[in-house]
Amino acid sequence: MTPVQVIFLLTSLLVLGTALMVVTAPNLVRSALWLIATLFSVAVVFVLLEASFLAVVQVVVYIGAIAIMFIFAVMLTRKVMQDTGPQTNSNWWLAAVFSLLLFAGLAWMLSTWGGFGAQAAASVPETTIVDLGQALVSPDAYILPFEVASVLLLAALIGAIVVAWDR
Amino acid sequence: MTTESLLWLLPLPPLVSFFVIVLLTNRNKALSHAIAVGAAALSWLLGMVVFVRALQTGMEHLGEEPFRSAVAWLPTGNTAFEIGVSLDPLGTVALFFVAWTVLMIFIYSTGYHNYGQPEGDHDLKGLPPHGATLTDESGHKHTVPSVEPNYSRFFAFISLFAFGMYLLVVSDNLLTLFVGWEIMGLCSYLLIGFWFAKPSARAAAVKAFMTTRIGDVFMLLGLVYLYSLAGSLSYEVIFSPETLEMLADTAAVGGFLGLTAAGLIGILLLVGTVGKSAQFPLHVWLPDAMEGPTPVSAMIHAATMVSAGVYMVIRIFPILSAGGGHGELTPPMMTMAFIGAFTALFAATIAVAQNDIKRVLAYSTISQLGFMIAALGIGAYVAAAFHLMTHAFFKALLFLGSGSVIHGMEHGVLHTGNHDVDPQDMMNMGGLSKKMPITFWTFTIGGMALAGFPFVTAGFWSKDEIFAEAWSVFANEGNPWGLFVLVMLGLAALLTAFYTMRQIMLTFAGEPRTKEAEHAHETPWTMTLPLVVLSFFAVTAGWIGIPNDFLGLNLGKINKFHGVVETLLPSEIEIPALEFSFVPLVVSLVVALGGLLIGWLLYKDFKAGQTDPMKRLLGGFFPVLQNKYYVDELYQATFVRFSEWVSETVAFRWLDRAIIDGFLHTVARVAYNLGSVFRDRFELPVIHNAGDLAGESVKKFGFNFRVLQTGRVQQYMLLVLVNVIAFGALFYYLLEIAGK
Amino acid sequence: MIPLSWYLILAAALFSVGLYGVLARKNAIAILMGVELMLNAVNINLVAFWRYQAPEQVVGQVFAIMVFAVSAAEVAVGLALVISLYRRRRTVVAENIDLLKW
Repeated sequence: MTPVQVIFLLTSLLVLGTALMVVTAPNLVRSALWLIATLFSVAVVFVLLEASFLAVVQVVVYIGAIAIMFIFAVMLTRKVMQDTGPQTNSNWWLAAVFSLLLFAGLAWMLSTWGGFGAQAAASVPETTIVDLGQALVSPDAYILPFEVASVLLLAALIGAIVVAWDR
Repeated sequence: MTTESLLWLLPLPPLVSFFVIVLLTNRNKALSHAIAVGAAALSWLLGMVVFVRALQTGMEHLGEEPFRSAVAWLPTGNTAFEIGVSLDPLGTVALFFVAWTVLMIFIYSTGYHNYGQPEGDHDLKGLPPHGATLTDESGHKHTVPSVEPNYSRFFAFISLFAFGMYLLVVSDNLLTLFVGWEIMGLCSYLLIGFWFAKPSARAAAVKAFMTTRIGDVFMLLGLVYLYSLAGSLSYEVIFSPETLEMLADTAAVGGFLGLTAAGLIGILLLVGTVGKSAQFPLHVWLPDAMEGPTPVSAMIHAATMVSAGVYMVIRIFPILSAGGGHGELTPPMMTMAFIGAFTALFAATIAVAQNDIKRVLAYSTISQLGFMIAALGIGAYVAAAFHLMTHAFFKALLFLGSGSVIHGMEHGVLHTGNHDVDPQDMMNMGGLSKKMPITFWTFTIGGMALAGFPFVTAGFWSKDEIFAEAWSVFANEGNPWGLFVLVMLGLAALLTAFYTMRQIMLTFAGEPRTKEAEHAHETPWTMTLPLVVLSFFAVTAGWIGIPNDFLGLNLGKINKFHGVVETLLPSEIEIPALEFSFVPLVVSLVVALGGLLIGWLLYKDFKAGQTDPMKRLLGGFFPVLQNKYYVDELYQATFVRFSEWVSETVAFRWLDRAIIDGFLHTVARVAYNLGSVFRDRFELPVIHNAGDLAGESVKKFGFNFRVLQTGRVQQYMLLVLVNVIAFGALFYYLLEIAGK
Repeated sequence: MIPLSWYLILAAALFSVGLYGVLARKNAIAILMGVELMLNAVNINLVAFWRYQAPEQVVGQVFAIMVFAVSAAEVAVGLALVISLYRRRRTVVAENIDLLKW
């Protein structure tokens, strides 16, 4: 067991543990906070995968924006949803069963795939931010998806405002 | 125009008149009678033209080669049944008297039905007219005869009748003769029942039709049998010597009574005449037929219909006499001699006891027809034809005269207003010779002709000829039938003269016995003119038949008539003219003058309220005569009741209701039940419910299935997940594992 | 070294947890949190594959960035919807939002 493996195991325990807490916490604020923890753990996983930029983006975007939005939403809808009563609906056991089933199926299916036990390449070529940036805006790279994503964000922005407009 | 074309056209004017009146001019009395009389006159004219031409051709020549024209009418396999017209001497004679009497009767009818008189107060169609009340200036009311409500209809019917008779006379085959025969039968029904609202008239019409129908059925059998043997019904064919010989040699079907075919045919056809000419036992319809208006009685019972019967039997005389030698009587002839003679005497006895003026004449007709049939029976067909012609004239005259008398009496009845008095009852008459002179003289002439008053009346000559023939058959050929016929007919002639005188005395002589008779007066010219014309013929028509050697004198060829009808038989058979003998002449004179004298003596002082001298003479036998020997009652009790039983019980209740209706009801019930079974067992459960099932099952499925749509997103997603897992596994299995 | 399979298993497990959260939680916001977890699992998958299959190409990271963008947009709109729903119906319980039922 190499140290990297150990770290990975710990990190994955963290990820899964906090994720479980997210979905089981009765208190919604706590759930949101657990979400932040999960997101942070995922960033650590990114670091392990030597995708440093993505780890930072994860922290900044997910935790910094999305998780905060969740907390805001929780706050805004708090009056109704007191921390009383079970937070799971009536079909929760069915959901659990099928989730487990899905996991098992996925795992099994992946295990039959040839490249399942591939080892990592020795080293990652030096991909700098500059390369990533250029890939995003260069016409013979990924300018189009980039632009579309921006339009999508614009649409989401406008949409969110319109939907949530207080008449 | 050729004579043949005229012959074809002869029957048509009355037929056209019938249709025109029925379809177009029924409402217009004047137009209707104008058309009818005009048509009768036209036929009369054509008839006279043909008659003259026939005379010009000469009777012997006409006998050998009659005017004839035929067309193929009914296809019968390779051949065709021919019908046509023909005129031989017998036809000429018949045409002559038919044309005259029909025209006279038509003219008479306009007066009889009171044309020009006002419409009655309460006259109904179907009842005799009852008089109209007129008020003159001084407010005095008096009733006058009213016009017949169904005036045009009468002329339509007698036009059809005339058509039937003309058709019968001009036809050249027995089939169209039969057609004319039946048309006249129909018209006699329609006309006897002309006043159809009277139950007695209706009953009389049905009786006439039924009785003659019985005769007609046998006649048709005879025609069919004849056709089957001879292959044709044309006179040309059936009266040819070859056919006659064949008929005389063939035995009747099934050896019926040992007759030859000719004998059987003759008897069958003879039965037709027995019905149509009212011989015993089918005579019962003729007296009742007096219910019809008097012109009808004249037409039917004098001029045309009953004469048609005798005409036919004279026409088929070759068949009747086939197989018999000269002087020998064949079975049909013997039958005729017996029936004719018997009927003559039988009817004459009944006539003696009748009080109704028309009934006397009716029985007189039956009796005179018996004379003719008897004459034919002993082979004296010339005499029979002669008597047929003279009888037509004087009987028509007598009937029309009686109609005139009745009209006069009805006038009296309307005047006194006493409707219980029967204007037709002779007991209520008397003294009318002064009130109605023309009628009196013409009626007397007719009566004398009927009685056979010597030399100056036609009846004498024709009756004398019959007696002469009968005597000759007995004396010269030794056949006892001749004597039988002579004796029977002689007695009948005596009674005829007697009751004729009785009738004349009761009606015209003495003083009026009732007030109604006192107020009678003469009838208009439309009625008296035909009487005068007919009385002319009643006197003169006999003179053409005076025998050539009458009284032993050689009068030259004065007897035109003999030559006329002699040619009826095939020319190989010679009929020598009779040798004159005094015996029949004496018999004629004695019976005629004797009867008249007795009648005059008994009735010359008859007054009102006295009993009929006949009643005193005959005592208990008188009611039998008056009730016509109860023959009608006998028929009613036997045939009529039996027929009614068959009709009511067998035909109606058993066959019609039980069997036929029962069968139909069963079919209906079976069909209904079958339908119900089909509906309940098959249609409803299978088809109907299957149809419903299609819709209902979809609805139920949807109703049960919609619970899935809860509106809850998480449940949808759960379902999606389940499906994804399932399909994923399936595809994985198919692609990865099964593909290997 | 760490085999690819470990990352994939991790991603699958995180995905399942997120799925459970989506299916089993009452609160609509909690459902959205579950969705986030699932998206993160996807991201892990993507980056793992990039690292192990084609690390010289930058496209794997580009893809992951796209996923970031999309998830952000989705969360924004989703939460806006929840807010709007809360304002109208005074509830954020997913089970009570069932107007489109039969």
